[in-house]
Amino acid sequence: MIYIKLFFIFFRIGLFSFGGGYAMIPLIQDELEIQGWMDTTEFHSLIAISEITPGSISVNSATLVGYHVGGIPGAAIATAGIVLPSLLLALLISKFMQRHERSELMQEAFLAMRPVICGLIVAAAFFVAETSILKQPITLGLPKGFAQLPELINIKALVILGLTLLGVRRLKAHPILVLTCSALAGIILTYWP
Amino acid sequence: MEAVQTQARRDRLQQVFEIFATFFKIGFFTIGGGYAMIPLIKDETVDKKGWISDEDIIDIFAVSESMPGSISVNSATLLGYRLAGFAGAIGGMLGVVLPSFVILSCVAAFASELDANPVITAAFWGIRCCVVGLILHAAIDLIKLSVQDAMGILLVIGTVLLVVGANVHAIFAIAIGLVVGIVRSLLSTNKPTKGARA
Repeated sequence: MIYIKLFFIFFRIGLFSFGGGYAMIPLIQDELEIQGWMDTTEFHSLIAISEITPGSISVNSATLVGYHVGGIPGAAIATAGIVLPSLLLALLISKFMQRHERSELMQEAFLAMRPVICGLIVAAAFFVAETSILKQPITLGLPKGFAQLPELINIKALVILGLTLLGVRRLKAHPILVLTCSALAGIILTYWP
Repeated sequence: MEAVQTQARRDRLQQVFEIFATFFKIGFFTIGGGYAMIPLIKDETVDKKGWISDEDIIDIFAVSESMPGSISVNSATLLGYRLAGFAGAIGGMLGVVLPSFVILSCVAAFASELDANPVITAAFWGIRCCVVGLILHAAIDLIKLSVQDAMGILLVIGTVLLVVGANVHAIFAIAIGLVVGIVRSLLSTNKPTKGARA
C-alpha cells in the first residue's frame, strides 16, 4: 500500500535528520531514487519550490513529494509522517526538561549552549546570503574564501539588506511588512537599468 | 465550582487557539525555512506576546536544533507544550505546518511554471536578501543577551567559523557548547557564590 510506505519513509526521515530542513534534502533524494518515484531534475525543481514557498523546507518538500506520489491524501500522509517524530520527541524532551529544570548541571549546559546557538543563527544568515547577497557561494573555505568576499558581493542586495536592518532595528517595523517591501524591492532592483 | 472549571477550560482553549494562530501566521509569512522563522518566532512570542523570556527562547532554539526534524516544527511544538501542555504542542505544530500544507497542495499542480517565472524569481531574491537582515537582527539581540564573557565571544566566533568555514555540522557545535557548560559546571561546584543563572 503506497500510503503506508509514504508515511514510514517520511517518518524515518523526520526521525533521523539532524540540523533542520536542509539536512533532510539528501535523505529525501536517496529515498526517491530507491523508490523510483521521481528523477533528479524533478527533485531539484521541487527543492527550489520548497525554498521559495512559505513554511518549513522539510514540510514543503514532504507535501510536494506526497502530492506527486499520491495526490492530496499522499501530501497529507507524507506531511504527517515528517512531523510526527518531532511531536513525539518534543513531548518526551519537554517532560524530561520539566523534571530537571532546577538541576545546576542543566542550567550551566544551557548557559554555555546559548552563545553556540547565536553562532548558528549568524551562520544561517551566511548561508542565506550565499544565495542572495553573494553572486556565487563561497566554496574555497577558509581563509581564501573570505578574502574573495568583496568582489562577490552584489551591491543591489546590500541595499535591501541595509534597508531591512534600518526598518526592523531603527524604525521597529513589523518583519512581515519589511518582507513584503523587499519582495517589491527585489523586482524593482532586478529590472533596474 | 463547575462554572470555574468551565471558565478555565475556555481560557485554555483560547490560549491553544492563540498559539495555533500565532504559529500559523509565522508559518504563512516565512520564506527560507526554519532559520528564517527564528526572527519571526522571537518577534511574536517574546517581543509582542510576552509569552516567554529572551533567555528561554534561546534554550528552546537550542533544543530544537539538537533534535532531529525541522527546526520550526520543533520550536513550535516545544513552545506550545511549555505554554499550554499537550494541547499547546499540537496547536503550535498544526499552526506551523498547516500553511505549508495548504499552500503547497495548491501550488503542486503548477509548480514547474512558478519555478521558471523571472518576476517571481526576482521577488524571492529580494525576500532572501531581507531574510539575511532579519536573521542578523535576531542574532544581534540574542548575542547581546547571552554573551557575557570572553568564553561566550569565543563560542560565537568559533561556531560561525566552524560551521561556515569548515562545514562542521551544527550538532557538533552544540555538543561543544554542551561539553564546555558541563566542564565549567563541574569546575565551579566548589565555589560558594556562583550566581550564573540568567
